[in-house]
Amino acid sequence: MLEMDEIQKRLLREVADLHKVPEGAYNIRANGESAGRVSTENIEIEPRESGDGLTIRIKPNTKNESVHIPVVMTKSGIKELVYNDFYVGENADVTIVAGCGIDNCGSQDSEHDGIHRFFIGKGANIRYVEKHYGSGSGSGKRILNPGTEVYMEADSSMEMEMVQIKGVDDTNRTTKAELAENAKLVIRERLMTHGDQNALSFYDVQLNGEGSSADLVSRSVARDNSYQKFDATLTGNAACSGHTECDAIIMDKGTILAVPALEANDVDAALVHEAAIGKIAGDQIIKLMTLGLTEAEAEEQIINGFLK
Amino acid sequence: MLELKNITFQVNDEGSDKEIIRDISLTIPDDKLVVITGPNGGGKSTLARLIAGIEKPTSGQILLDGEDITNLSITDRAKKGIGFAFQQPVRFKGIQVFDLIKLATGTNLSVGEACQFLSAVGLCARDYIDREVNSSLSGGELKRIEIATVLAKASRLSVFDEPEAGIDLWSFQNLIEVFQNMREQIHDSSILIISHQERILNIADEIVVLKDGKLEKQGSREEILPSLMGTASAVPECRKNFVAKEDAQEC
Ligand SMILES: Nc1ncnc2c1ncn2[C@@H]1O[C@H](COP(=O)(O)OP(=O)(O)O)[C@@H](O)[C@H]1O
Ligand SMILES: [Mg+2]
Repeated sequence: MLEMDEIQKRLLREVADLHKVPEGAYNIRANGESAGRVSTENIEIEPRESGDGLTIRIKPNTKNESVHIPVVMTKSGIKELVYNDFYVGENADVTIVAGCGIDNCGSQDSEHDGIHRFFIGKGANIRYVEKHYGSGSGSGKRILNPGTEVYMEADSSMEMEMVQIKGVDDTNRTTKAELAENAKLVIRERLMTHGDQNALSFYDVQLNGEGSSADLVSRSVARDNSYQKFDATLTGNAACSGHTECDAIIMDKGTILAVPALEANDVDAALVHEAAIGKIAGDQIIKLMTLGLTEAEAEEQIINGFLK
Repeated sequence: MLELKNITFQVNDEGSDKEIIRDISLTIPDDKLVVITGPNGGGKSTLARLIAGIEKPTSGQILLDGEDITNLSITDRAKKGIGFAFQQPVRFKGIQVFDLIKLATGTNLSVGEACQFLSAVGLCARDYIDREVNSSLSGGELKRIEIATVLAKASRLSVFDEPEAGIDLWSFQNLIEVFQNMREQIHDSSILIISHQERILNIADEIVVLKDGKLEKQGSREEILPSLMGTASAVPECRKNFVAKEDAQEC
């Protein structure tokens, strides 16, 4: 059974919707150590020899199974770098839930840097969810730097949902993907920053195979004095289709820099980008006020909806 | 009952003052359906916005059931019982039709209850209840959802600004029925509709004609309607505002 305190359990609920031990394969990392690990017949989780991460192997044709690998940190002053490699067998169809919650009540910074690499076999389908959450009243920062690399073989698909709504002071996210024939990548990023937070997000998606496609949509809200940078490059190296969209709400004294970029190296590459940054529309607030909400309640509803 | 007393509304337009509403006094009694008509640009929407608190009058008073609400915010007026369906409804990314109806009622109503309001405006509830109130909705669909939110709010005074705009002819009959039903059930509350449509004027208890920011005429339907027939203030259906056929889904 897991040995975890209440704060760690709360973090787990925030980042992985886990109220109890998950079904299927899992590894829970708490304060730099494994607090529980289970492999299944089809999904094997092994610690790396160097102790700094996991190797996860999913057998071909594994269907409807899930892997949870949440990370929680509750000690101030920990800094860790872990590498998790996922080898997904052909035609597997699984859900992977990652995510990191940091509670920092101390004065030293806590930092988790996770490098996730996905090697996705032919015809496999992956749904990947990664949530970040920070809490704690200490002056030490909560820092998360996720690096994600995705290598997709022919006819595979991956849907990534990345969410960071609260409490993370500093993030620098890089996501790289390479897609072979007919591979399909869908990314949905939702981000809210407040206080003096910084969030950087870089994407580099290479559409190498004929018929490959990528759809990358970021919705974000920057409040207070926070800063966000969204920098996404789609490169089309074959007959492919790609779309990126950055849709951002700016409030207070927030700053948002959106840098969408497209590179087409094939005459049949069809690439589109959209970027929009603006404050909440006044008529949206007014409409909700005519239903009896206060201005603050109206803003909250609009933002909740936007980030839903 | 809503009373407007000597309401004037001025704006500063490119350096010069412009009077958009000029000394309007008007009572919307309980248990009545009042229709405001008049030429475009006459100040009808502005008057509705003044009632909802979106604009504040330059001078004059607004009373709801005898209480002076002139200085109350939009929110406080909504809580005291003013509902307002916009001429141009607002779109929201991510907020679903169900969310909006729930917010309108201010209760934790069930999906089934929310669906009744959609059915009332002729939309197939199960097709719309989960839809986002975003640009994927057509103008006519959005307009009906707007009306549904105001029905759901069940106000002391419900104001509808050109509810027929963007709604096709066939559905217009539905809409008339919606207002007729509302009229029958308004006990102790009132309805104010801004419209040029003869069919809507036909179900009014009272008609008000607004022109150049002034009250031109006001009285019972029997008194006022005959003089409007054939003018832009009472248009027979199919001439104005209608779209040929919208794509709203009915069950
Ligand atoms: N805030 C404003 N500033 C300047 N002009 C306005 C403002 N609000 C309304 N108007 C003008 O007042 C007139 C009345 O508008 P409106 O109330 O929308 O008329 P209606 O609904 O009867 O067509 C129009 O000429 C409009 O351009
Ligand atoms: Mg108008």
